[in-house]
Amino acid sequence: MRSLLIAALGLGLATPALADWQQTLEAAKGQTVYWNAWGGDARTNAFIAWVGTQTEAKYGVKVEQVKLTDTATAVTQVISEKAAGKDSGGSVDMIWINGPNFLAMKEQGLLHGPFAGDLPNAKYVDLGPDAAAAVDFTVPVDGYESAWRLARFVFTYDSAVVTDLPRDMAGFLDYAQTHPGRVTHPDVSNFMGATFLKQALVEFAPDKAALQQPVTDAAFDAATAPLWAWYDAMRPFMWREGKTFPENESVQQQLLNDGEVDFGVSFDPASAAGAIAEGLLPETARVFVPRDGSIGNISFVAIPYNAANREGAEVVANFLLDPATQAHQQNIEVLGSFSVLDPAKLSAEQAAVFAALPSSPALPSLQDLGPTVLEPHASWMTKLVAVWGERYTK
Amino acid sequence: MKGDGRALRAVVAVVLLGGVVLPIVAGFAQTARAAFGVLPAIGAVEWSFAPWMQLMHLPGFGTSLRLSLVTGVGSTVLALALAFGFCALMHGRVQPAAMGRLLTPFLAAPHAALAIGLAFMLAPSGWIARMVSPVLTGWVRPPDLATVNDGWGVALIVGLLIKEVPFLLLVIGSALGQLPVRQHLAAGRALGYGRGVVWVKVIMPQVYPMIRLPVFIVLAFALSVVDMAIILGPSNPPTLAVAIVRWFSAPDIALILPASAAALLQAGIVAAAVGAWIMAERLVKRWGRWWLRRGGRGHRAGPGLWAASVVVAGLMLLGGLALISLLVWSFAWRWSFPQALPQSWSLKGWMSPGVGWGRALQASLGIGVATTVASLLLAVAWLEGEDRARRTRAGWAQALIYLPLLVPQIGFLYGLNVLFLRIGISGGMLAVIWAQMLFVFPYVMIALSDPWRAMDCQHVRAAAALGAGPWRRLFSVKLPMLVRPLMVAAAIGFSVSVAQYLPTLFMGAGRIATLTTEAVTLASGSDRRVVGVYAVLQAGLPFLAYGAALLVPALVYRNRRGLLGAAE
Repeated sequence: MRSLLIAALGLGLATPALADWQQTLEAAKGQTVYWNAWGGDARTNAFIAWVGTQTEAKYGVKVEQVKLTDTATAVTQVISEKAAGKDSGGSVDMIWINGPNFLAMKEQGLLHGPFAGDLPNAKYVDLGPDAAAAVDFTVPVDGYESAWRLARFVFTYDSAVVTDLPRDMAGFLDYAQTHPGRVTHPDVSNFMGATFLKQALVEFAPDKAALQQPVTDAAFDAATAPLWAWYDAMRPFMWREGKTFPENESVQQQLLNDGEVDFGVSFDPASAAGAIAEGLLPETARVFVPRDGSIGNISFVAIPYNAANREGAEVVANFLLDPATQAHQQNIEVLGSFSVLDPAKLSAEQAAVFAALPSSPALPSLQDLGPTVLEPHASWMTKLVAVWGERYTK
Repeated sequence: MKGDGRALRAVVAVVLLGGVVLPIVAGFAQTARAAFGVLPAIGAVEWSFAPWMQLMHLPGFGTSLRLSLVTGVGSTVLALALAFGFCALMHGRVQPAAMGRLLTPFLAAPHAALAIGLAFMLAPSGWIARMVSPVLTGWVRPPDLATVNDGWGVALIVGLLIKEVPFLLLVIGSALGQLPVRQHLAAGRALGYGRGVVWVKVIMPQVYPMIRLPVFIVLAFALSVVDMAIILGPSNPPTLAVAIVRWFSAPDIALILPASAAALLQAGIVAAAVGAWIMAERLVKRWGRWWLRRGGRGHRAGPGLWAASVVVAGLMLLGGLALISLLVWSFAWRWSFPQALPQSWSLKGWMSPGVGWGRALQASLGIGVATTVASLLLAVAWLEGEDRARRTRAGWAQALIYLPLLVPQIGFLYGLNVLFLRIGISGGMLAVIWAQMLFVFPYVMIALSDPWRAMDCQHVRAAAALGAGPWRRLFSVKLPMLVRPLMVAAAIGFSVSVAQYLPTLFMGAGRIATLTTEAVTLASGSDRRVVGVYAVLQAGLPFLAYGAALLVPALVYRNRRGLLGAAE
C-alpha cells in the first residue's frame, strides 16, 4: 500500500520536462539553493562555499549552506512543512543525506524524483543495480538522491603514541585490556558511534548475508551475540569505563588531540591528513582500517518533494558530479574525500587530473584502505542503536 | 484619563494574546497532539497513550529524569544560597559599578561557549591539569578521570552555577537598590545583631520576594538546559532535556511521538518543581518567623557568609579562566597536552571564517536590537497600563509572562514552526524576531517589574499634584527614575536574544545565521579555536550591552546623584 503510494507520488512528480536539461538550466538561473548540510566540518563548509561560487559563475545558481548539527533537523523541517500543507515553495532545497534519513524520507514520500539518472554528469557514475552509488545502506536509490562523495570508515591515531595497532575489531579488546581507558567511540545516538558498532557487527556476524536483508528478531539475536560478548568484555576497559562517550567524532578527535584517548573515528579517509593541515591533530597522525576492510558508503544529495528551487538543486547536484569538481574535492588541500565517479568512464585527460593530485604521508592509498564492506540494511542500524540503549543505558 | 489607561491596556492585551499566547498555545497543542499519538505527517492518526508508555520504556528514562531533577534543583538552591551569602559580605564593600563590571562577562557569555571553556578547564587533559603537569603530577598523558561528563552531573552543576550566581547577584543587587540597606544594617547593629545576622534576618526576607521570579526562571532554565548539559553533563543517559532533543532528531521518525510526550512531561516537571519550591517557601516562612521572634543575635552567620563568598570567588575564577582559555584558543594553532600554553600561534581562526562571522555578527546585532526595543516598549506599556488601572497583576497575567519560559523550547517550537509555516512567515527575519520575543519579553518584564513597583510613588503623586498628565508623568518622572533598571532590562533582553539558539534555528528555517547558531554548529565540530572566535564575539556583543547598561545611567544622572539610588 505504502509503496504503491510512493510510486504514485513518484510518477506524479517526475514531469517529463525534467529530462530536458536545457530547460532545467534556464529555470535554475537566478535561483538560490538552500543546501542543508551538516556544518560541523570547516573544510566541508568551505568546499560548499566554493561550489556556490562556481555554480553562480557558470549557471547563475547561488548556493547557501544551511549548517545543521544533525541531518534529521532538515527531515523534521520537511515533515513540519508537510504537516502545515506547504507542498510547494518549501525551505529545504537540497539535503546532504544517506542511510536511515534517506530511507525515512523515501518511505514517507518526502523526496523529489527520480532525478539522479537524468543528470548529464550521471554518465560518469556507475549506476548499475549493485553499484555503490545505486544503493544506500542496501536501500535502492531509485534516482531519489545523487552521489557526491565517498565515505569509508577509518580509525585515526597518533603513530608516535600507538605502536601496537589493533589488526581488527577483535584486536580492540586486547588493546583496551593492555591500555585501559584509551579506547572509546562516539555516543551511539550519533551516526559514527552506531557505525563503530556496525563495523564490529559485520566482522563478528556468523551469517553476513543476513545483514543485507531487513532485520528480524531471530536474525538479530544470532548476528549480534558475538558482538555483545566482545563489547561486554571490552567496556570496563574503555575510556571512563564505558559509562560516557564523546558526543560525536569531532569531539572524539579532540580527545585524541588532547591525548585522552588513542583512537578517533572518521568516515573520511583523508581526515587525518586534513586535520594535520588544520592543526587539529599532530603531524604524526595516521589512519588505518581493520584488516578485512571497513564499512563504506556514499554521501548523497536529495531534493525534498516541495523544494522551492528544485531546478537549481538539480544543477548543483549535477555540478557535484563533474569530473573537475570531483578532482577538486579529492584534492587533499581542499577536502580529500575520494571521488564517486567510475574511473573506467573517465577520459584520459580527466583521469590525468586525478593522478596529478598532491599527496600527504597521512593520506592512505586505495590499497591501504583494503576492501569496502557493505553497509547492513538500514533497519539493522536502527535496531542496533535501540538494543545498545536497552543494554547499556541504565 | 481612565479611558486612556483602558485603551493602552487593550492594545497591550491584544498584542500579547495574538503575539505571545496564541502561537505558544498553538505550538503547544501541536506537541500535545503528537504526545497523544496524532501526527498525520508521519502517518500517526489515532489518539492513544502509547507514546507515554513508549517513553516510560525508553532506555535510561528514569536516570535521565533523576539527573535533570538533581542538577536543576540542586544548582538553583546552591546558586541562591551562594548569591545571598556573597551579597551579604560584599554589599557596601564593593561599588555596584565595580560589581557590575565583574559580573558582565559571566552574564554576557553564552552558555555553550562558557561550557566549552569550562570543559577545557576541568577535563583531565584540561588547562588546570596542563598547568601542573608533568611537574607536579608526573602525567605525560592525561589520566582517565571523570572530571567532566561525570555520572552525577557535578560538572554540569558547576557550569550552571557559574551562569546562575552572577544572574542572581545582578537581580539581588538591583533589588537592594530599592531598600535602605545601610539604615537596616545600622539599626540592626545598634540592637546588637551581627552583620551576617542582619542580612539573614532583616534584609533577605525583604529582598527575596523581589527576586522570586528570577529564581523561578533560574529553576525552569536549569531543569531544561540543553547546550550546557550536552557539553558538561553525562551522555549515557543524558539529562531529560538532552534526551528529548536526541529523540526528536533520531533517524527513527516515530520517536517524535514519545519525544513530544517527554516535552509535555518536561513542562510538567518544571511546573511541579516551581510548585514544590513555593511549598518550601511557605515552610521556610513559618519556621523563619519563629526564628526571627526568638531574637538570637549570634555572630555565627559570619563563617557561612565567608564560605559562600569564597566559593563564589572560586566559581568566578574558574569561569573567568574558562573564558580566557577560549580567547587563548582563538589565537592558538597547536596546543597539546601537557603544554601550559599553545606551542604555536595563528590568526587563522580570526581570518579564515571571515566569510561567516561578519554576517553572523550583523544578524545577531540587528535581531537583538529589534527584539529588545520591541520587548521593552511592550513591557513599559504593560506596566504603565497596570499603574493606570491601579491594579496589581492578576495571577493569569503572571502565568502568561511565564508561559514561554516554562514550556520547553524544543517541544513547542516544533508546533510553532508548523503554525508559522501555515501563515507563511517562516524562514524570515520577522519570524525569528517574533519567536525570540517570546523569550526576550519575559526576561525584560521580570527585570523591570520589581523595580517599577518598588518605585517611590511620592514623586509621581507630586507630579500629578503639579498638574502633569499621565503621559508626562510617564516620560518626565517614571522613565527617568527608572533609567538604570530599564537599561539593565534591555541588556538582559539583548543578551537573551543573542543567545537564542533553537528559535533562531527553527523559525529561520536555518537560513538566518547568527553568532549563536554558528557557534553551536561549530561546537558540534569541536574546533576550540573557531569556537573561541565565535564565543569571543558572541560574548562581546552582550558585554557591550551590559557596559551600556552601566554607563548610560551614569551619564544621564551625572548631575542628579540622588537618582543613582543603588550607588550609596
